Amino acid sequence: MIQKLYDWIDDRIDVTPIWRDIADHEVPEHVNPAYHFSAFVYCFGGLTFFVVVIQVLSGMFLTMYYVPDIENAWKSVYYLQSQVAHGQIVRGMHHWGASVTIVMLLLHTMRVFFQGAYKKPRELNWMVGVLIFFVMLGLGFTGYLLPWDNKAYFATQVGLEMAEQVPFIGVYLKTLLSGHPTIVGAQTLTRFFAIHVFFLPAALFGLLAVHFILIRRQGIAGPL
Amino acid sequence: MSDKKQQVSRRQFLNYSLTGLGGFMAAGMLVPMLRFAVDPVLQKSASDGGLASVISVDDITDTPQRVDWNVDQVDGWYESEVNRTAWVFKDDNGDIQAFSPVCKHLGCFVSWEGSDKYQNEFFCPCHDGRYNKDGTNIPGTPPLAPLDVYEQEVKDGMLYLGEAKPRE
Repeated sequence: MIQKLYDWIDDRIDVTPIWRDIADHEVPEHVNPAYHFSAFVYCFGGLTFFVVVIQVLSGMFLTMYYVPDIENAWKSVYYLQSQVAHGQIVRGMHHWGASVTIVMLLLHTMRVFFQGAYKKPRELNWMVGVLIFFVMLGLGFTGYLLPWDNKAYFATQVGLEMAEQVPFIGVYLKTLLSGHPTIVGAQTLTRFFAIHVFFLPAALFGLLAVHFILIRRQGIAGPL
Repeated sequence: MSDKKQQVSRRQFLNYSLTGLGGFMAAGMLVPMLRFAVDPVLQKSASDGGLASVISVDDITDTPQRVDWNVDQVDGWYESEVNRTAWVFKDDNGDIQAFSPVCKHLGCFVSWEGSDKYQNEFFCPCHDGRYNKDGTNIPGTPPLAPLDVYEQEVKDGMLYLGEAKPRE
């Protein structure tokens, strides 16, 4: 049945070469933990992506209940966590996954660094990776405010003060982030929500696409 | 290309005009969005809410005391009454001083003699920031500037406070 359906589509638009290009390629022996167990260090990049997928999915579902409004944000989080079935699990995945992403990303970065895999011709991909790191930090920073509890509020206040320390443009940067020169309030929450849910994920997807295309083009760095 | 008159070929002309048109259309879409996003930076700060009566001048002593009052705050579409706090005292010349309690390091709450270790100083618990009684930051501690000072006015024996402003 499924085979027939596949053949029917393939007959018309010839999808086999497309998914072959994406999925069907040899994993070199030196990066395959089945041959050399120590090659598990090559898994950190993939694990980072795996956790990011969890973040995207759990985040999508969280927005079914969450509202970015200072009167209701905390209440909506409390409601989805205490009243909605499995709410604790879904929010838990997003909450802990955020930390796990950063950990995996750092492990991946360390592997690339200590193996020297960033060297020519792969410098560009290292730079893209650093941009991904910044986007991830931005996602962590903006997401932290969204529950609108005391910890979130004051952590953001401190974070914004740090942005203000930037020479020359600091004050403008802070206002641009928080939506008001002095108040961390209604406009800050909506802004952080928009940045967390639309702007940074869009940037992240673009950067990830470049990151992966470059890996496929250049291949995985050779053994040490 | 023709060497005499530098003529623009038909192809070049179309390229230029289509690129220009495309750029114009892209700008037409992007400019409103960018201006929209940047608006808070360019907005003239709303009128400061004026001065509020805070404490009777007779109650102000040499020791900084914490004074709380409420002001109406407008945050975009959200209007609310928020709490303000000041450390108020008379300095050696008998002048009234009113300092903002917001630490000039990263914005924590500064208290008078907030630590038993440092007498006669303002103290911030977050990173051990310290200030002298006149509000100046003690070198070698995290704050980079003296405490902000409230606009003040004395009327009918009452102290009125407005916005906290950084010192010049």
